[in-house]
Amino acid sequence: MPLAGEFGQVEVRIAQKSFTSASGERFEVLRDFKLSLGHHQVAALVGPSGCGKTTILRIIAGLETDFEGTITRPLSGKLGVVFQEPRLLPWRTVEDNVRLVAPGLTREALASLFRDLDLEVHRLHYPGELSLGLARRVALARALAVEPSLLLLDEPLVSLDEALAVRLRDQLAALIASRPITTLLVTHDLEEAIRLADRIFLLSPRPAQVIAEIPLTAPRSARSEREVARIVSEVACRMTGGALRPGHA
Amino acid sequence: MVRLISLILLLATWWLISQFVEPQTLPGPDRVLGAIAAQMRSGDMFFQLGVTLARVLAAFTIAMAAGTAIGLLMGRVKLADRLGDPWLIVLLNLPALVIIVLAFIWGGLTEIAGVLAVAINKLPNTVVTVREGARALDSGLNEMATVFALSRRKYMWHVVLPQLGPFLAAAGRSGLSLVWKIVLIVELLGRPNGIGFQIGVAFQLFDVTLILAYALAFVAVILVIETAVVQPIERRASRWRIRTS
Ligand SMILES: Nc1ncnc2c1ncn2[C@@H]1O[C@H](COP(=O)(O)OP(=O)(O)OP(=O)(O)O)[C@@H](O)[C@H]1O
Ligand SMILES: [Mg+2]
Repeated sequence: MPLAGEFGQVEVRIAQKSFTSASGERFEVLRDFKLSLGHHQVAALVGPSGCGKTTILRIIAGLETDFEGTITRPLSGKLGVVFQEPRLLPWRTVEDNVRLVAPGLTREALASLFRDLDLEVHRLHYPGELSLGLARRVALARALAVEPSLLLLDEPLVSLDEALAVRLRDQLAALIASRPITTLLVTHDLEEAIRLADRIFLLSPRPAQVIAEIPLTAPRSARSEREVARIVSEVACRMTGGALRPGHA
Repeated sequence: MVRLISLILLLATWWLISQFVEPQTLPGPDRVLGAIAAQMRSGDMFFQLGVTLARVLAAFTIAMAAGTAIGLLMGRVKLADRLGDPWLIVLLNLPALVIIVLAFIWGGLTEIAGVLAVAINKLPNTVVTVREGARALDSGLNEMATVFALSRRKYMWHVVLPQLGPFLAAAGRSGLSLVWKIVLIVELLGRPNGIGFQIGVAFQLFDVTLILAYALAFVAVILVIETAVVQPIERRASRWRIRTS
């Protein structure tokens, strides 16, 4: 169960999390997983597919309660989540999907959110009329609309074409930076993590553990191509066994 | 267009057959129409139609509301499903006539007993259909509702009901026709008015014309409800589907 944290901090201590497969055997997904996040920090979890990233987010969001450990979340404030799939209500328009979770949102705030994410022309469309990239952006708008103090993003840019991913990544960076939000982002793309986060946690294959923690001190806008390439190669050196795919955003 | 031709064909067949048999056995469409008009002029038709329709709507509403609530509960809560399932099987297999007769014996020959008997007949069918829908609810959307802390009311209205829509429509459609057929039996057995009672009277007189007149008038009413109320609601509820498919 999530406990209330001081100063908007997030503390994650998962001693053990396992699933029971359909054939009845238990297998471990997480062991001794620890992570702490300061107020207004943006952290990225980077790890190979299937290592348990989504499971970590689900535990923090309170969707998985069957695990050993404790989660500490900001005492006040809301939770915003962008799931790995958009999870919009197909029978509500884009605008209604966003309004539903944030009834208190002013007209102006909604308009500026849609403007920032280039969604204005799609307000009255139904999710079935949107491309995946657009639906992702609506899911992002929905998560931001609740004015969360903690934002969880599960691979928000995956399976978008490169140009779109880069654009959405920059929009996302700007939106997060302009708000007092603590953000935890999951990705398997190292470059994406470097561009968005203040701090990167590299995860091992299953059962996931933090194998390295990389603080990024340079401000986001100052991270040049060379700087990014340097960090990527540094990480590649540190990794043994090549469990990570180097960034290719 | 095709539907209209088919309907005309039906009337023509009826008329043709009525030419070869005694009018007491099968009166032609013209005679039945005449009987409907006569009953309307006396005002009796409207009264009987109204009474029966009120019973149909009351029983239908009770069965749909209670059936939806129970079906949702059984579809979502395992224990409720286990507890309710044997009851459901008993109810599903209890003949309508038994339920009606018992309702009148235990509840007296009252309006409430009659309407409840009809509702109980329709109930298990609604429960089964809605339970199917509740089992198929999208767990991803449920998690979305949990994470964004949607209120119970919003969750029901915006997340659950739209997913149950097709199941409710199926239950409603079969429900309306089932309910009105059972209402007639209830009226025949234990009410002093309504289409069923009138048909009972006509049966004692072997008046086929009157039987057909009342039956067809009510079928017409149900058809009007179907096209003027049920279909527009369905169209509205599936707007998003039409636009996106
Ligand atoms: N409900 C569940 N029941 C059984 N096994 C599960 C369940 N959810 C996840 N798993 C398993 O746990 C492991 C971790 O899953 P998870 O979804 O957290 O991985 P991930 O790191 O997010 O992967 P990806 O990058 O592909 O999204 C996987 O092997 C998966 O098969
Ligand atoms: Mg995942």
